[in-house]
Amino acid sequence: MTKPSPWCYYLPHLLVGVVIVVELLKVNTFLPRLLNQYFIQIIVLVALNIMLAVSLNLINGVAGQFSIGHAGFMAIGAYVAAWFSVNHGQHWLAGCSGWRLEPLVTTVYLVALMLLGGLAAALGGLLVGLPSLRLRGDYLAIATLGFGEIIRVLLLSMDSVGGATGLRGIPIYSSLFVVFGATLAAVLVLHNLANSTHGRALLAIREDETAAEALGINCAHYKTSAFVIGAFFAGVAGCLYAHYMDAIHPADFDFMKSILLVLIVVLGGGNLWGVIIAAAVMTLLPEGLRQVKDVLHLKTDPRMVIYALLLIAVMLVGRERIADAMRARVWTPFFRGFVALRNRLLGSSAARRKGGDPAD
Amino acid sequence: MDEFSLDVWPRELVSLIGPNGAGKTTVFNAITGVHPLAGGAVHFDGRAISGLPPHRVAKLGIARTFQNIRLFKGLTVLDNLRAAMHQDSDYDLLRAAVRSRTWAATEASLETHAMALLQVFGLEGRAAELAGGLPYGEQRRLEIVRALATGPRLLLLDEPAAGMNPAETQRLMELIRSLIERFSLTVLLIEHDMRLVMGVSQRVVVLNYGREIAAGTPEEIAHNPAVIEAYLGEPHH
Repeated sequence: MTKPSPWCYYLPHLLVGVVIVVELLKVNTFLPRLLNQYFIQIIVLVALNIMLAVSLNLINGVAGQFSIGHAGFMAIGAYVAAWFSVNHGQHWLAGCSGWRLEPLVTTVYLVALMLLGGLAAALGGLLVGLPSLRLRGDYLAIATLGFGEIIRVLLLSMDSVGGATGLRGIPIYSSLFVVFGATLAAVLVLHNLANSTHGRALLAIREDETAAEALGINCAHYKTSAFVIGAFFAGVAGCLYAHYMDAIHPADFDFMKSILLVLIVVLGGGNLWGVIIAAAVMTLLPEGLRQVKDVLHLKTDPRMVIYALLLIAVMLVGRERIADAMRARVWTPFFRGFVALRNRLLGSSAARRKGGDPAD
Repeated sequence: MDEFSLDVWPRELVSLIGPNGAGKTTVFNAITGVHPLAGGAVHFDGRAISGLPPHRVAKLGIARTFQNIRLFKGLTVLDNLRAAMHQDSDYDLLRAAVRSRTWAATEASLETHAMALLQVFGLEGRAAELAGGLPYGEQRRLEIVRALATGPRLLLLDEPAAGMNPAETQRLMELIRSLIERFSLTVLLIEHDMRLVMGVSQRVVVLNYGREIAAGTPEEIAHNPAVIEAYLGEPHH
């Protein structure tokens, strides 16, 4: 039997990729015309929180290693990339300002910065991953919490990155195109990883470490890898955040940020779709609730009370049900269609080779 | 454990019996590297394996089940097996991340292999169910299938008949016999159910207080006075 050409396998990937890029480019010019700066910023924060939450989900949800220091990884990525940008990159890019291809150069440069921030954060992930080999449950949580705080305090005391006043004057390179593209890529990569040998090894470790080890799974290796990969994407998100906000402060990456991310993962039920929805809701909700005070003519802001009540309500209603419904209605049909398209392509090329009728 | 020595030959089925606390599971833990040895050595296939971490021992071809079932309860039956086939997939992270052709081909062959194994054990209808939701007997069976999915040459079974009724035990006995044929396995069995032990073993080793008190064919063991005193007790009839 002749093997169909690799093109048939990869063509649907390519097609979907091109469509996504084109659509994202449209969004890039279309959305800013439609919405004001405030709404655009909220949308960007939603996307970045999605990226942060799905990367934390790999550590907390898939591998079952309770980590509450994720903001620390984000801070590393943000500060390393922003520091580089302010001190070096800015001057390098000055040469091509006004050039027709400037947006392209900026985007390529930003992708390189994302890799830089991501790799720096991944190094941090390695540092945290190693003690995680000996710590479990509550103890690991405390260690990761400590890590996040150490990063924050270090940044506060480093004058080269501005200390408490923060790092200012970061050039704004992040566009909606790059933010959405990176978020989509992170979601897809983490989704694919979860459905691979690697992901199943992590799931096995979450379920029963002793049994996983007895089946030939190197738990130390995989646990560390979960921290490294999760931290990488957090670092990427941090880099994008820094290059969107133009100034970053250690307080942006405090304990509450880590807690918010853990909350999103818990609300999402460890399921990728659930986590994405939870990230969107948890970012939008505080903004939406700002209006309540004015509408009801209240003296104090009831925002946090409503926020807490809604959280309890979601936990009671059943977060799995919401996530399962999304998966059944959106995710699965999309993948079915994708696989059907590919099979059709593979099938027709195989039939052509045999001299048969491609229409079957 | 003290002065304990055991040789198991290829395609042999040896049972370890003895009262609770005699050190049977300790033998398993010593072989699989869960407990470090204070002294002595474990050899497998002419190679010293004592001191290796459990996952390395598993990769050499030694698989085990646990006394208290340790399935991945939150994963499906199929995923329990695919997780165990961890060594059989040779694609790297990048290929998994972009779903390359190698990924697709490997995943397809893993699934075929897993379904074929499930079929041998009559569990193919349960593939999509969560392992934790299976009835007790099937959970025990699934744990054996999962151990087999790693492609072992030596299988260590820790009380596989615990909690089974006589009919289930009978089926298990036939299953263990057929396994040795089909997968050319060597089996080391810990069991309290004497009908199972006497029915399948070629050799029985009796432990008490961490020492071997007798060894021989099932027939010899059943009539050994020391074993009857320490463990078996007087025959009922």
